[in-house]
Amino acid sequence: MSDSIVIIDYGMGNLRSVQKAFEHVGASAVISNDPIVIKNSTKIVLPGVGAFKDAMQNLESLGLIHVLNTEVIEKKKLFLGICLGMQIIAKKSYEFGETEGLGWIDAEIVRFTDTALKVPHVGWNSVEFEHSSPLFDGIPDESDFYFVHSYYFDADHHYASGITEYGDKFISAIQKENIFAVQFHPEKSQKYGLKIIENFVGLTSC
Amino acid sequence: MLKHRIIPCVLLKNWQLVKSIQFRDFRTIGHPISTVRIYNARNVDELIVLDIDASINNEEINLELIRDMSDECFMPLTIGGGIRTIENIYQVLNAGADKIAINTEALENPDFIRQASNIFGSQCIVVSIDVKRTEEGQYKIYNKKLGEIERDPFHWAKECESLGAGEILLTSIDNEGLQNGYNLELLSKMAKFVNIPIIINGGCGIPQHCSDAIMSGADAVAASSIFHFSQFTPNDIKTDMKQNGLSVRI
Repeated sequence: MSDSIVIIDYGMGNLRSVQKAFEHVGASAVISNDPIVIKNSTKIVLPGVGAFKDAMQNLESLGLIHVLNTEVIEKKKLFLGICLGMQIIAKKSYEFGETEGLGWIDAEIVRFTDTALKVPHVGWNSVEFEHSSPLFDGIPDESDFYFVHSYYFDADHHYASGITEYGDKFISAIQKENIFAVQFHPEKSQKYGLKIIENFVGLTSC
Repeated sequence: MLKHRIIPCVLLKNWQLVKSIQFRDFRTIGHPISTVRIYNARNVDELIVLDIDASINNEEINLELIRDMSDECFMPLTIGGGIRTIENIYQVLNAGADKIAINTEALENPDFIRQASNIFGSQCIVVSIDVKRTEEGQYKIYNKKLGEIERDPFHWAKECESLGAGEILLTSIDNEGLQNGYNLELLSKMAKFVNIPIIINGGCGIPQHCSDAIMSGADAVAASSIFHFSQFTPNDIKTDMKQNGLSVRI
């Protein structure tokens, strides 16, 4: 059976670019928030730009929190979180108050606190590969990717696959079994970003 | 390490690509989609597209055109012009934009910056500020629809930051299109006022101008004439900046 990739539409922008990136590497991905479409998919992509609290509220009101937990945690479907879609899998965020996340990885989403830094962290920054991840196959270590965020994923480096330096070092990519997530935007990171999308398309389920 | 961005700035008027000099003398210079395609092939860091007539004519931005442009664009795309409502922002982001630039609506209703950044996040909201120098040497905000504004551009930028703006796109109208360098005086003063990234625009003519701007406090440089009317490419600028010891993505 060929893969069916679903990009979750939960009102948090940026979905078309992600879909175009999949098309560019020869895969098709549907944009949907229909639980049936998500259940029938083999791979799930959760992009997102915006505020954490709105994202969780939207997922909840669309009835998708339970669906995502079932499909990704129980059924172990391959998952790719992008930007806010990476943050949302943490336990908790401190953006505009405290908000609980999906809690798939023991992490907190915290703001850059170094006052010498400009926040948001906007632009191209390099990613140093930590533990090897099939997501980075064929990509040179320390390649540049495009970041736009004010909060970062604060966790133990156990699941870190990429590290980026902005003031301090922070986790810019993670992998835990079937769960892949990147803080940067592969769909906006030209050649190597598209390579990440291509690698995700090429992954086969455990 | 964070890289300095070189951002081609594409101006639209009646859905055609134009280039101006000091916000006047518009020349049509090509087709927007093919221009975006060329910039994508040239591996640029980011693209800013501004529709300069949308606010004056109360027109909403051409979403179909944004969709077509973003389809060619595997880099960040900022769209501005005529964005007045939260609904507009949803539409523009859904059409494939990553950030929106607001100018007129921010001046008329500063709280719009706060509302927009609360919903979409600061990183999505660029406030565009167009500045002119008076004969007395003062800087004044100038808006195509509202005319000259009695508001200090530096304090206005600071206010935008506190309302939640993620970046300032700072254009010096006096320098725009002349290709004789950015307004470094304006830039370095602005850099002292705000902590959010500044994209400087207006006046780039040779690669050295970009290095000068970064050293005067810009995080990123926007340019258009240099790419339309000279042999220099974004990569030529980056090579030059790298030789000047600045961090860029080659």
